[in-house]
Amino acid sequence: MTTAELLNKIEQVVIALAAFAAVIGLLLFLIDRAPKKRKDFFQLVGFVAPAFIILIIGLVYPAIRTAIQSLYDAKGNFIGFDNFVWAFTQPDSLVSLRNTVIWVILTPILSTVIGLAYAVFIDKSRGEKYFKALVFMPMAISFVGASIIWKFVYEYRPTSANQIGILNQVVVWLGGEPVQWLQAVPANTVFLIIVMVWIQTGFAMVVLSAAIKGVPTEIVEAAQLDGTNAWQRFLHVTIPGIQGSLVVVVTTISIATLKVFDIVRTMTAGNFDTSVLANEMYTQAFRAGEPGRGSALALILFVLVLPIVIYNVRVLRKQREIR
Amino acid sequence: MRITRAKRVIIPLAGVAAVALALTGCTGDTPASSSGTAAAGCEDYADYGTFTGSPTVNIYGTIVDVEADQLNQSWTDFEKCTGITIKYEGSQEFETQINVRAQGGNPPDLAIFPQPGLLASMVAGGYIKTPAQSVEDNVDKNWSADWKTYGTVDGTFYAAPLMASVKGYIWYSPAFFKDNGYTIPTTLDELTSLTAKIAADGKVKPWCAGFSSGEASGWPGTDWIEDTVLRQSGAQVYDDWTTNKVKFTDPQITKAFDYVGNILKNPAYVNGGFGDVTSINSTTFQDAGLPILQDQCAMMHQASFYEAQWPEGTTVAPDGDVYGFLMPPATAGGQQAVTGGGEMVGAFKTSDEITAVQTYLSSALWANNRVSIGGVISANKGLDPNNAKSPLAVDSIKILQDPNTTFRFDASDLMPAAVGSNSFWKGIVNWINGDDTQTVTTFIQSTWPQ
Amino acid sequence: MSSVAPVELPIPGGIAGRAPSLEEEYVEATTKAGRVKKNLTSRWATVAALLIAVLWTIPTFGLFLSSFRPAVLIKTTGWWTIFSNPGLTLDNYRDVLLSSSSSAPQLGQYFVNSVAISIPATIFPLVLASMAAYAFSWMKWKGRDVVFVLVFALQIVPLQMALIPLLSFFSRGITIGNALIIPPTPSGTYAQLWFAHTAFALPLAIFLLYNFISQVPGEVIEAARVDGASHGQIFLRIIIPLAMPALASFAIFQFLWVWNDLLVALVFSGGSPDVAPLTQRLAELTGSRGQDWQRLTAAAFVSIIVPLIVFFSLQRYFVRGLLAGSTKG
Repeated sequence: MTTAELLNKIEQVVIALAAFAAVIGLLLFLIDRAPKKRKDFFQLVGFVAPAFIILIIGLVYPAIRTAIQSLYDAKGNFIGFDNFVWAFTQPDSLVSLRNTVIWVILTPILSTVIGLAYAVFIDKSRGEKYFKALVFMPMAISFVGASIIWKFVYEYRPTSANQIGILNQVVVWLGGEPVQWLQAVPANTVFLIIVMVWIQTGFAMVVLSAAIKGVPTEIVEAAQLDGTNAWQRFLHVTIPGIQGSLVVVVTTISIATLKVFDIVRTMTAGNFDTSVLANEMYTQAFRAGEPGRGSALALILFVLVLPIVIYNVRVLRKQREIR
Repeated sequence: MRITRAKRVIIPLAGVAAVALALTGCTGDTPASSSGTAAAGCEDYADYGTFTGSPTVNIYGTIVDVEADQLNQSWTDFEKCTGITIKYEGSQEFETQINVRAQGGNPPDLAIFPQPGLLASMVAGGYIKTPAQSVEDNVDKNWSADWKTYGTVDGTFYAAPLMASVKGYIWYSPAFFKDNGYTIPTTLDELTSLTAKIAADGKVKPWCAGFSSGEASGWPGTDWIEDTVLRQSGAQVYDDWTTNKVKFTDPQITKAFDYVGNILKNPAYVNGGFGDVTSINSTTFQDAGLPILQDQCAMMHQASFYEAQWPEGTTVAPDGDVYGFLMPPATAGGQQAVTGGGEMVGAFKTSDEITAVQTYLSSALWANNRVSIGGVISANKGLDPNNAKSPLAVDSIKILQDPNTTFRFDASDLMPAAVGSNSFWKGIVNWINGDDTQTVTTFIQSTWPQ
Repeated sequence: MSSVAPVELPIPGGIAGRAPSLEEEYVEATTKAGRVKKNLTSRWATVAALLIAVLWTIPTFGLFLSSFRPAVLIKTTGWWTIFSNPGLTLDNYRDVLLSSSSSAPQLGQYFVNSVAISIPATIFPLVLASMAAYAFSWMKWKGRDVVFVLVFALQIVPLQMALIPLLSFFSRGITIGNALIIPPTPSGTYAQLWFAHTAFALPLAIFLLYNFISQVPGEVIEAARVDGASHGQIFLRIIIPLAMPALASFAIFQFLWVWNDLLVALVFSGGSPDVAPLTQRLAELTGSRGQDWQRLTAAAFVSIIVPLIVFFSLQRYFVRGLLAGSTKG
C-alpha cells in the first residue's frame, strides 16, 4: 500500500461521512420547513424514509424472495410445500430443528441468569470496572475467534499422551479418562451452547448492571427500612425495576441464538448431530445446491421467532397503557 | 459539557486511527511495476501478444497461502511480457462464494474450479463462457481425452485443466518397513495381511487417519472408498456409480465400505498416535500422517499433495524418512488404476486479455513453470517430469502421463453437490462414529437428487 | 467485604472547579446507593463473582499464553505446564503479522480497511436508527405499532439469504421496465460494505434505541412542544443529548460486530484486497492450515486488540447506556 492509497482511503471515508452528515442535516432542515398542509406526513417521512428504504432493499425484498424460493426446487420447478415436507421428514433437518430449540431455550436463560447474578455480585464492589471487563471480553471476540478458543479448551489427546485441552486435563487430574467432548452425542450440543453463553453473558451483564444502577435508591432504602432481607429486595425491588432491560436482553440474545451459525460451522461443521437450522440452511443453500430447501429452513426459523415477537408486542402495549 | 463529551469519543477513535497509521509503516511503499515492453526472455510469450493500458484479469480460486504465492510466481514473466496484470484472490469459502458472486452478478473474470461438479452447475446456471479456440487447441494437444471431459459439459468444452494430484498413495516410513521386514503389498489382500501382521507384532498401530477438515470433514474417507471401488470393481462400475446407475447400496459399493471398514473401524488397527476409532473424526487430515515420523503408526492413506504437509526437514524419498506407495490393485499385476483430482479454469467473461491468460494457463509452458517452482504436479503431457522437485512428484507425473494408466477423477467431485459435497462426507463421519454400512449407504443414497 | 465498599466507577473522577457533568451527578447518586447496606454483596457473592470471572477468563488466557509458545510445545504440552516446559517466542506473531506472502498485501492494509469499513458502518445505522426510533416513540401515526413489529421481526431474516439479492442490487442497480432507477454501485469500494452493514444492523438498532428513546419522560417533550419546538429541534436538542449513553453503547456493539464480521466482507469486498478487512486475511492465513494452533492463536489475538481498545476506552458509557426503562426523571 502506498501513501497515496492510504490517503485515498481516508478521503473515501471522510467524504462519505461528510456527505452523510450533509444529507441528514438537510433532511432535518427541510422537515421543519415542511408545507403546512400535511405537515405531519412530511415530517414522518423525513424521519423514517432513509431507514425504511435501506431496510426494504436490504432485508424486506430478500425476505420475500426467500419465501417465494422456498416453493421451488433446485431446477426451478414449482413444487408447493414439498421443501417443508422434506424439512419435517428428513432426519438431518429434524435433528437441527431439535437442536435449535435446545439452543434457544438454554442460551438466553443461562446467559441472562449468570449475567444478572454477576452484575449483582460485583455491583459497587472494589474493582467493579475490571470484573466487568473480564466477563465482557468475549463479546469483543468474533464467533470464529471464540470457536478457536474453545476448540482449544475441548481438545482431545489419548490417555497415553499429554493433554493440551484444559477440560480434559481437569478430567485427567480428577482421575478420569479424556473425552471427545465434541463427538459425545447428545452432550456435545451443550458444549457448543457453552461457547455462545460465554459470549453473550457479557452483553447481559453490561446491560443489566446499568439497569440495576438505575433503580432509584430511595425505593431500595425504603424496602430496607421495612426489614426485608437482601433476597426479598432483589426479588421485589430490583427485578421489577429492571424488567424492561431483562426483556431487551432475553430478546436480543434469543434472536442472536436463532441465527447462530459460525460456532457450529467452525467447531463441528454440523457433524455428530450438532447441526442447527441456520447452519443447515447455509449448507443446503450454498453447498448442496438446494436453495429451495435452504429457504424453507429460513422460513421455519422465521416462524420460531414469532413467539418472541408476540411477547414483545404485549410488553409494548403495556408500556403504552402506562403512559 | 457537550464539548468534553465529544472529545472523549473522539480521542479513542483518534487512537485507533493512529495505530492504523503506525501499522501502515509495515506495508512499505511497493515500487510500481516497471512497464518494460519486450524485455529479455519474452520470446516464449510472444504468442500471447502485448497489451497496452495495463488490463487486469481477476482470478478466484481455493488456493491460499504459500501455494497462492507460488501460483502468483508462475505468471510473473507472463505479466511482464504481455502487460496484463493478474489479480489472484484465494478463499477457503470459494465453493459457496462463487455461487453467491455469480448469482449476484459480480463474478471474477476467471475461476479455478476444484470440482467438475461445481463447474457443471455454474454452466447450468448459464454463467460460464465458452473459451477461445486457442484454449481448446491447447487442451487437445496437452491433455488426454479423459481430462478434457472433466471440463466439458453436455458435449461443449468449457474449461481447461490446470493442476492435478494422484490419490491413493499410502504413506509409510521406508526405514521402519525395512527394520521390521515389511514389504510393500502388491494386492489388496496383501495389504490386509500386512495390516494384520503389523498389528500382531504389536509395536505400533498399523494405520493412522484423520478425516477432520472443517465443513468438508469426511472427504479423506470418501477417497478411501473411491480408491477401493475403482480397484475392486473396475472403471465401468466406478463411472456408473458417479452417475447413480450403480447405487450406494449396491453390493459392489458396500463391498468397498466393508473392506475399508475392516481397517478403519478396527480398534486394533487404528488410530496410531491419536487414540481410538472415533479420534479419526477429530484429527485433521493435515496432522494425520505425522505419527509415522515418530514410529507411532505404520501407514496413512492420502493423495500426492500430502507431501507438502510433512514438516520442514523431512526427506520424502524411497530411502528417506517417508515415502508413498500406491494402493495396490485387487489382483497382482493388474492394470494400474488411480483416482485423482485437479482444477479446471472457467471464464465468466470474455475479452482478449482473459483469452490470453486462459491460453497461457493451459499451455505446457505454464505447466513447466509452475511445476518447477515445486509442490504440485500437472497432467499436462507437455510437462517434463524432471522439472518436478521431488521423487514423488516425478513418479506421480509419470503415472499421469502413462497411456496405460486408467485414471478416474475423484468420484465425489463428479457427483451432484448434494451428495458429493454434503451427504457422502457426512455419511463417512457418521460411519466412523459408529453407524453401520447399511445405514450410511442408505442415507447417502436417499439424498441423491431425483 | 465491608458494607461500605468505596465506589469504583469506570469514570474519571470529578475534577474540582468544573461544573458537574451528567456523569458526575451520577457518581453522586450511586455513592448514595453505595451507603445502603448491601447484604447481597456477601462473602459468598464475592466468591461466586471471582469464580465466574476466572471461568470466563481461562479459555482466553490459555490461548493468549499459547500464542507465545513454539509450535511443537503447543501441540505436545498444555499451556498450564509453561513452567515445566518453558519456552516463549514471538515467531507466531511474526508469521501472522509480517508474512511475506506476495499474493496479498501485508496486514497493515487490511487493518486500515477494517477501520475504514467499521467507522462509517457504525455511524450510519446509528443515526438512521435513532431517527426511526424517534418516529416510533414520539410521532403519532397510523399503523405505527404494526410497522414497528415488522421492523422488529426483520431481525431474523438470515444474513445468508439476503446476500445474493443485495449483491445483485449493487452489481445491476434497480431497473423498472427499461429505465435504470438506481445505477450499479462500483465494486471494489467501501460503499457496498457500508450499505450492507447498515441494512443488517438497522432492525436491532431501531429496537434497542426505541427502548431507550421511548423512555424519555413525556413531560420534557411536551414542554418543548408547548414552547413551539419542531420535531427536528426536539430530536436534535433533547433526544440526542439524552440518548447519548445509549447511542454510545450501541455504537460499541455495532463496531464490534462489524469489526468481527467475515461473511459480509467475503461477499461485498468484491474479490479485491483493496477493501478486504482483517478478518478476511486472517481466515485465509489460518484456514489452510487446519490445526496449526500457533498461527491460529496469534491471529486470534491480533484481531481482538482493536475491539478491546474500543471497549476499554468507551466502557464508561455502559454505566448508563442501553438503559431500558427506570431512568430517573
